[in-house]
This record gives sequence, C-alpha cells and structure tokens, in this order.
Amino acid sequence: MTTVINTPPSLEEKPFEQVFDQVAAVPQDEKIIVDARHVRWANPYGLTALLALAQSRSERPVLYVPEAENVSSYWSRMSFFKHAAELYDLQGKVYPARGQENRNVLLEVTSISETDDVHSVVDRISQVAQDTLVQQLKLEAKVTGRFAMALSEVCQNIVEHAGRGGWVAVQSYQWRVRLGGRKVVVIAVCDSGVGFRGSLESSPAFQQDDRWDDRLALEETLMRGVSRYPDRHRGHGLQGVKNFVASWDGKLSIRSGTARIMIPPKGDWDAEDEQQMQQGLAYFPGAQVQITIPERFA
Amino acid sequence: MSHHIDVSSLLRKSVCELYSNLVTRPTGAAVRCEIEHELDRIGERALTVIDFSHVKLLDYSCADEIVAKLLLQYVSVDAPRREVYFVFRGINESHMDAIEAVLKRHDLALVSQLADGAARLIGDIGPDERLAWETMAKLGAAETKEFASASGLEPDSAEKMLDTLWRRRLVIRYDGGYAAVGTRTFATLPTTQH
Repeated sequence: MTTVINTPPSLEEKPFEQVFDQVAAVPQDEKIIVDARHVRWANPYGLTALLALAQSRSERPVLYVPEAENVSSYWSRMSFFKHAAELYDLQGKVYPARGQENRNVLLEVTSISETDDVHSVVDRISQVAQDTLVQQLKLEAKVTGRFAMALSEVCQNIVEHAGRGGWVAVQSYQWRVRLGGRKVVVIAVCDSGVGFRGSLESSPAFQQDDRWDDRLALEETLMRGVSRYPDRHRGHGLQGVKNFVASWDGKLSIRSGTARIMIPPKGDWDAEDEQQMQQGLAYFPGAQVQITIPERFA
Repeated sequence: MSHHIDVSSLLRKSVCELYSNLVTRPTGAAVRCEIEHELDRIGERALTVIDFSHVKLLDYSCADEIVAKLLLQYVSVDAPRREVYFVFRGINESHMDAIEAVLKRHDLALVSQLADGAARLIGDIGPDERLAWETMAKLGAAETKEFASASGLEPDSAEKMLDTLWRRRLVIRYDGGYAAVGTRTFATLPTTQH
C-alpha cells in the first residue's frame, strides 16, 4: 500500500506539522509519496525537514517536486535536490538554479554527519554572515561570531547525539505576514535520529520515572543543561544557543518526538506563537531545530 | 621562566592545517592534548601564556575542552598535576561568551591579559577574592604582612585569602611572598620550586 502525503503550500515550521500528522499515521515501512507539487514557499526548516522525513522511512519514498519554476529553481539553488536525490525517487521537472547570486542564501542545505562537516559549515558562514547580519538585519558587528557559534553547537548536536546524519540550512528573508516586512535570518537543523529523549535514555545514569517523556527530555536538556554524558559539566551547547537567541530577541524552537519547546522572543514579533511547550504532537523521530533572529529596528 | 603557547598554531598542527576556528569538542580535546604535551616538557613549575590572539571563533564545546578541562587539571584540586600558572592572552569579545560560561559552570577563574598589558580576572570569582587579587595586582608582589596592610584584612584572614588565591592559581607563591599572576612583577619572579 502506498500513501500520499500532501504538503501545505508553505513549508515552514508550523505548517510542516500537517506533514508530520499524516506521516505518523503510516507504518514506517510502508511506501509514501510526498506530494510537493503545489508548494509555493519553503524555508530552511521545510527543506531540511523534508530530507529528515525521507531519512526516517525504511522504504524509499517518492517526492513529487514543486511545479512552479521559481520554487523549483530556488530549491535547486538551495542544493535541496542534490540531497533529495539520494533519499527520494524524484518525480517531475527539476528546474536548475538561476544564474544570479542570491544574497539571501547564507548556507545551502548541507549534510552534517561528522566533525569536519561542522568546521566546514562554520568556515563558510563566517565568510558570509557579516553582510547579512550587520548590513541587512542591522545587528551589531559582534553578533557574527555568536551566530556562527550557535550554528556550530546545533550542528554538533547531530554529530554527538543523533546517531545518524542530518542537514542544516541558513537563509534570510522577509517575514511579511508576521513581522510586517521585517527581515529575519533562519537556521534550521533537522535529523531523524534518536532524538532528545533517546539520547538521554542512553546515559548510564538515566533513571526513568512515571513522568518521563519527550517534553521532559527537552526541558532537561534545554533548561537544565542535562546531557547523556556522565561528565556533569557537559550540556553547555544548547544553553549557550538559548542565551544567544535571547540576547538578540530571537526565537528558538526544538521539536523532538511528540513535543516542541520554544524559547519565545522578548519583543512582540511573532506574538501568535505563544505556546512555549507543546505536547501530544504527532510522533516524528530525531530533532528539528529552528533559530530565528529578526532585524533590529532603531 | 614563562612559556608561550599559540592556540591557533596548535589547532593547525594537531587537527587540520585548514581550520581557523576552534569549534567542536573533538577539536578542543585534540588541542588540549597538545597543550598538555607542551606543558609536560616545561617542567614541574611554570608560567604559561595561552594565546588566543589568532583564534577567530571559539564555541562552548571547544572552550570547555581547552579552557575549563585544562584548568581543572592544574587548579582547584588538592593534588594538581603540576604547579602551572596560566595567563590567557588575546581573548576577544566573541570568545568571552563561551569562556565565561564554561568557567562559571566549573567554578573556575582565570587571568586574562588585555592588549595594553593590563590583567583582569574573569570567571567565577567572589567580590572578596576579586578585591584581594586586585590589591595584590597593584602591589605586584608582596609578603603577607604587606598584603594584609594594603587590603585591610587581619593577618590570619589575609593568609587564608592568599592561600585560596594560590590554590586557584591566581597568585603565585614564592620564597617570601606572593605575586598576582599576569602582573609585570610576576613575570620577573624566579620560578624555582618553593
């Protein structure tokens, strides 16, 4: 039996829940067709989550690619199809990337599976982030190093905890609806590995109690810096990312298993996203992380 | 005698010629091992300058490996690996987030030398300890009695405070007195075994 998974026209973090809802209902070894023909827009989260989705299936899925030339071309520019071809049977016409340079793409979809990949990502972002963060988003120059540092930490999370590879992408764009034209830069890192709960459960010191679930695993990691490693001083990484995001009025959200935790922005942008903790979501393995840093207004 | 360790050079030597950023835990662990090998060659008692001037980026994982785990072996324990004092040079604003975070997490402090040569303490340090260290830094080097007088502490309290700072390797103990790590006076002191 084959199940068709319909994607929403906008492949971002929240709408992607519709995809997770559908996929969770299909046994993992059953074939799926992901129908993205009518997608009009995808951000880094949408693209990397699509790859994680294929990675989570034991039967190679089919992807109907977007029909709109500008969308397809942009996905090519983001190197999405290069990675997707390894995981999906692609159906439909894939348009090549348009020739002109796109300053909004800070980092194309990039696979992360080992330490060298993290170095490579940090080197590349260090070269291009200054222009976007300082010139376009009007942030202070000191943000650049911290941005790269945060990127490094979330990528390392895959190498150290996921148990399999994942993907990262970084893009800046105009967040028209929610921010009234305000520009944002978005980092997304997605994998379908063991997830936060699985990682903590692998610790020799782990003791399960009745309350133990994905929500608690996220809270332990992000709020209390708990790590699966016996060294009690491990677990700085995501705490550092959290501090970085808070200091730049950004937003951090992490989905793992059936829960999602969100560190909300201090400002009033994106006020509609109020729930700091969501439980009972459709199950999806691994971790899906999104960091959003908004343009600073004087 | 003081020794200078350029962290950026060790990164290229020990991990990869092409890397310029100190990121990831394995990279930090590899660099720390190189530093430890250098320290093994130096001897039982030494002042070492750890120089971050040419390091572009330092993330939390690397800071934990290179700064915190290095210090933990030489300070804050009753039987440190060796009597080594560290001065950290070239720490810029972007390094500071990661370094301060790991120091606080491990209850550590270090002496950072600024571009103008001035030294300052960063990390987990109480106001009394900071004041005492700054008093000693102004004195350069001093006997306990002189320090007690300058700091306004009773002689017993002054001795205890200096012992605490010495155990944290923020002052050096030498024949006849103490000196604040990172001060000019300190650099000229003999480092013979006490």
